[in-house]
Amino acid sequence: MIKHTKSKSFYDTFERKGPGQKVTHYCPGCGHGTIHKLIAQALDELDVQDRTIVCSPVGCSVFAYYYFDTGNIQCSHGRAPAVATAMRRVHDDAIIICYQGDGDLAGIGTTEIIHAANRGENLTVFFVNNAIYGMTGGQMAPTTLFGQKTMTTPTGRTMAQDGAPIGVAEIINAIKSPVYVERTSLGTPGKIQKTRKAIKQALQNQVEKKGFSLVEILAPCPINWKMEPLQARKWLQEHLEPVFPVKQFRDNSDELIQAQFSTKLPWKSDEEVLDYFGVNKEQKQVKQEKEIEEQLVKFSGFGGQGVMLGGVLMANCATEEGLNATWLPSYGPEMRGGTANASIIISQDSIGSPVVDFPNVLIAMNGPSLDAFEEKVHAGGTILVNSSIVSQKISRSDVTAVYIPVSDLASEVGMIAGANIIMLATYLLVSKIMDINTLRKVLPESIKKKQFVDINMKMIDKAEEYFKEHLS
Amino acid sequence: MSKQLLKGNEAVAYGAIMGGATHFFGYPITPASEIAHKAAEIFPATGRFFMQAESEVSVINMLYGAAAAGARSMTASSGPGMSLMMEGFSYIACAELPCVVVDVQRAGPGLGNIWPEQGDYTTVVTGGGHGNYKCVVLAPNSCQEMCDFTYRAFEIADKYRTLVFILSDAYIGQMMEPVQLPTEMKHGERKDWALYADKESRNNLVTSIFMNQKIMNDVNLNLQKKYRKIEEELVEYEEVDVEDAEYIFIAFGITARVCLTALKKIRDTGIKIGLFRPQTLYPFPKKRLNELAKKCKGFIVAELNAGQMADEVELTINCKIPVLRYNWFGGTVPSIEEVIERTVADLGGK
Repeated sequence: MIKHTKSKSFYDTFERKGPGQKVTHYCPGCGHGTIHKLIAQALDELDVQDRTIVCSPVGCSVFAYYYFDTGNIQCSHGRAPAVATAMRRVHDDAIIICYQGDGDLAGIGTTEIIHAANRGENLTVFFVNNAIYGMTGGQMAPTTLFGQKTMTTPTGRTMAQDGAPIGVAEIINAIKSPVYVERTSLGTPGKIQKTRKAIKQALQNQVEKKGFSLVEILAPCPINWKMEPLQARKWLQEHLEPVFPVKQFRDNSDELIQAQFSTKLPWKSDEEVLDYFGVNKEQKQVKQEKEIEEQLVKFSGFGGQGVMLGGVLMANCATEEGLNATWLPSYGPEMRGGTANASIIISQDSIGSPVVDFPNVLIAMNGPSLDAFEEKVHAGGTILVNSSIVSQKISRSDVTAVYIPVSDLASEVGMIAGANIIMLATYLLVSKIMDINTLRKVLPESIKKKQFVDINMKMIDKAEEYFKEHLS
Repeated sequence: MSKQLLKGNEAVAYGAIMGGATHFFGYPITPASEIAHKAAEIFPATGRFFMQAESEVSVINMLYGAAAAGARSMTASSGPGMSLMMEGFSYIACAELPCVVVDVQRAGPGLGNIWPEQGDYTTVVTGGGHGNYKCVVLAPNSCQEMCDFTYRAFEIADKYRTLVFILSDAYIGQMMEPVQLPTEMKHGERKDWALYADKESRNNLVTSIFMNQKIMNDVNLNLQKKYRKIEEELVEYEEVDVEDAEYIFIAFGITARVCLTALKKIRDTGIKIGLFRPQTLYPFPKKRLNELAKKCKGFIVAELNAGQMADEVELTINCKIPVLRYNWFGGTVPSIEEVIERTVADLGGK
């Protein structure tokens, strides 16, 4: 015996609708009402009404929130799976339904549905396929059949013009992650019962946190098909079902796979976050009292010579000594092979532009760097040259030139890539702007690969040794 | 307490978590990617959530969903990604969802290049998408402000139920400076309108469709009322040497820093020049600009675009005093020397 009672997951009267609060906005013979009813019944049976959120699409079911007495959100055209994904990742125990039509899901929203399915989001998608755009007045959908006349295919859909009708269940079934994919039909009362079962299964899967379920439901649209309701049911069976086979494509709901979709990570408390970010760290900074001249540094060389890191370490030293500093990379294609450079400014005052067009310190790790920037150095400035690979001498007499074979020295220590550290250390020793021991302090924290810390510390010793012998 | 050397983009991610952000949705784009990189590291490490979405269109709809679900959520992008998110901005504005979007501007139009520009000014300041709405726009000009503005953005977003943009640029995003992280963590509170998937919030609806014209009209009037309140309460700016200034640079972001360095040297030539830097681009500091327009002879609006803020300034002061326009495009940032030369040539002897 069939009991005709209204599901409690429906509102008693549809107040959000405005006038006509006892009837839906759907047309006579439309499939949405039936599907809504089956969903509401399943929500009742699973006892999940309070924790359910229905995502309405753009299309005839845009107003699904008139009817479902659940949390409701209306989504932009085709994007419900993205909206639902985010809500899923906020509320672990929510039951989230994406209710989408064929224009919404199979047209504009293909990206979102594919990727939500591929992530295996623990969501339930009800895809209503009626082979036409309803809300906008009967235009061609991606699922419109060959020969089917719509407002935008007045002489019937053809392969040459619009391609073939898209099988959504087949596409979703081609993706590994979903747990459940089924296509059903509203063609006969028997098929409606099968649809009821599929809807409940797809929701049950979500309750059990099993992953992504999609039920494609073939539904009639008598108004836009320009048919009587009964004729539409018949047409659905005779024309839609042969193109879109009604069957279960996949049911992995008995397999235990839910662990894969658990994304909750241990929450760090305020104190733990402050510790992790180093905010609570007690740090003694070597406050410098002496006056320093603002340093406008260009640290330049081949990509791969470590000029970026050299610059970062320099700025780190300044930060450590309580000075203001900026570091700005010259990034982009020229980093590969060509000249890479970083602008560093160190000052006791606040720093305006971080761009160094005219340096007072040029660090030239290779020849092209010297060619590019020598002329731009301020009179009275300093140029440090990697004399291991730069054979030319500085032509200007109004700047201080420091030649140091950093690549050779680094090789002697055992790693040519340490030349940038020797150069930076030499700059600190020559300029006396900052303490060499500040570099010893910041270097271990700044080098990501910890196995290289020791050898880089030796580079600093090497620089000091060379400075004492040749430059002081 | 000590400062850490951070990239502007990294500072955003730290400021976000400390400001209460729990969900970050990202899509790679230069020069904003380091925000997603840092977020991918520190959001999961602190039990927050990070996801790389399949497109910026999905990203903005994820923000719509996360914000609707009551979470403090954010993303970061640049020009082309911003263009893709416009429809979502409009939905978020109408549904009055609080969230934060960082735009690390690159040069355009089109794919443009990855160097700094301020060409997104008008799009972002006017809200971007369709319909009558505004979003709060904060304009940092240092790594410290990248952190601080993001930290505060979530409070502003929640308080006014609005999207907050952080309008930055490739240099402010890519450069490093010492940054003092905030010392106190903030958190969002439960919102009576959001969807928590529980009995208490079951009757809530998040939507931007109002078929009844009268209701849609009221929705718009309410939004406008909110914007007037924001204009009253949120305006912020910084001034340098404006008290005795005859001329004033008006600039934001990286351009303001170039002007700041140039300003000192221009003053050495005897020209009394100051700097006015809006820190909020919406709401725009209209009242203060009108006061300044009464006191000085002219404004110089310096920006990395075709004069988008200059239009706003002229409109604001009703063209009371001359507004010179210094504009650069394509990723070009002027040298200090160029700004000095041009300013002295334009103002010297006047």
